[in-house]
Amino acid sequence: MSIDRRRFLSVSAASISGALLTACNANPERAAKLLDLVERKNEGLERGLFRHASMDDVPGSARVAGTDFPKYFISDAVPVWDASARGVWRLEVSGAVRTPLSLTLNDLVRLPRITQKVDHFCVEGWNARAEWSGVRVSDLARLAGATSDAQYVDFAGFDKDYHESWDMASAMHAQTLVAYGMDGRLLTPGHGAPARVHSPVKLGYKNTKYLTRIVFMPQRNGGYWSDLGYEWFGGT
Amino acid sequence: MTELVKRNHWVIRLTHWVNVVAIVIMAGSGMRIFNAHPAFARPGESFSLNPWEGHAIPAWLTFGGWLGGARHWHFAAMWLLVANGFVYLAFLFLHGEWRDVVPRTGDARDAIEMIKFYLFVRKNHPVGGKHNALQKMAYFAMPLLGIVIVLSGLAIWKPITFGFMTAMFVNYKWARFVHFAGMVLLLALALVHVFMVFAVDPYSLRSIVTGWYNRERSPEARNARPFYHLLGPSVPAAPDTEGPPS
Repeated sequence: MSIDRRRFLSVSAASISGALLTACNANPERAAKLLDLVERKNEGLERGLFRHASMDDVPGSARVAGTDFPKYFISDAVPVWDASARGVWRLEVSGAVRTPLSLTLNDLVRLPRITQKVDHFCVEGWNARAEWSGVRVSDLARLAGATSDAQYVDFAGFDKDYHESWDMASAMHAQTLVAYGMDGRLLTPGHGAPARVHSPVKLGYKNTKYLTRIVFMPQRNGGYWSDLGYEWFGGT
Repeated sequence: MTELVKRNHWVIRLTHWVNVVAIVIMAGSGMRIFNAHPAFARPGESFSLNPWEGHAIPAWLTFGGWLGGARHWHFAAMWLLVANGFVYLAFLFLHGEWRDVVPRTGDARDAIEMIKFYLFVRKNHPVGGKHNALQKMAYFAMPLLGIVIVLSGLAIWKPITFGFMTAMFVNYKWARFVHFAGMVLLLALALVHVFMVFAVDPYSLRSIVTGWYNRERSPEARNARPFYHLLGPSVPAAPDTEGPPS
């Protein structure tokens, strides 16, 4: 521990003076390793601190962002499910499960529905409220019979190859939904129609939109933003 | 003339400089994170306490290069800041040196005397302990601000896990504002501190590096105001008139 701290100090001092001298902000290569190590340690701590009982408690009177709720996707244009080309949209639940599921939007809507007004925490620093309606991921896991091999969950969508994998605990949190409704209406394409992941326990980028596949896995498989260098855990 | 005294224990000197590194990384990376969304209002709302809502901080003041990189630095250096702050405060407590920085009755009056002295209303440097009354207040405020910054930081790092802490600052938006405003105040105090070191007591630089301090060059001995009697020989103190000159 003390060696880590000492190394951290020298690396920090070196990179700080380097940054100041060259007035550039590139992370020195030597620091990257150390930052990776701390990220892993932080993740361990964050997973240890995670509590299913820790809920986002937005007052019922709180204002929702409505049309001001930011929209984002990685495709060049708003991804829209083209039923004529791709057939009826379905959500596939597979991997470490006893009964893989293939659910249409109608199937989803008939499952026990949760409606909750919660925060959306973006990695950029803003937060916005909306009232989401959908099915708990934990209910889908139960329905599919997730096995003990299911330690991680990957949420993938049809917005190019966007996906993000989660730790099982966060996915099983009572406020983690496959949401198909927002503020009392069906999701619009800007917000991830027909269905998306939404949870206040993860930063926005972990909440895959345009959802098509939920895969329970023994290992994690990164994610779109995680692979680009943002924290994989991204928990709140 | 030299009258060398050991002024700063090595723990104080070490934690001081580690703190400089930690605060530079934390403030620089924090400002880079802030620049990803340089506003406090939620989408569609307004926030009147920040006159520069929507305006980013100049990139040259920031550290970490990009949002993800700055976050990695921030969430790594936070341990350095907290561990170092803990060592410093524990040392102050165990070593009794908290007496040098915790204000006591009479410090308000002494601070007013210091201000009078700096404004040339009073002729002679008030006599004090290790630090003058203004310094004490600044050095007392800095760890307090640090604690507020750390708590509000936890509140926005883990708004669900530490939801009770977020609620302590009303909500996420206000916790983020307190975290930012605390940083601005802390940096302002640090800037004034650095200015005063060079303008009033550059001899104290030695004492925060090696620990040794020449009492014959203290601001009291030189009767030094900012940029006054900076390098000159020690001036024998005139009889203290304890008040404004008539």
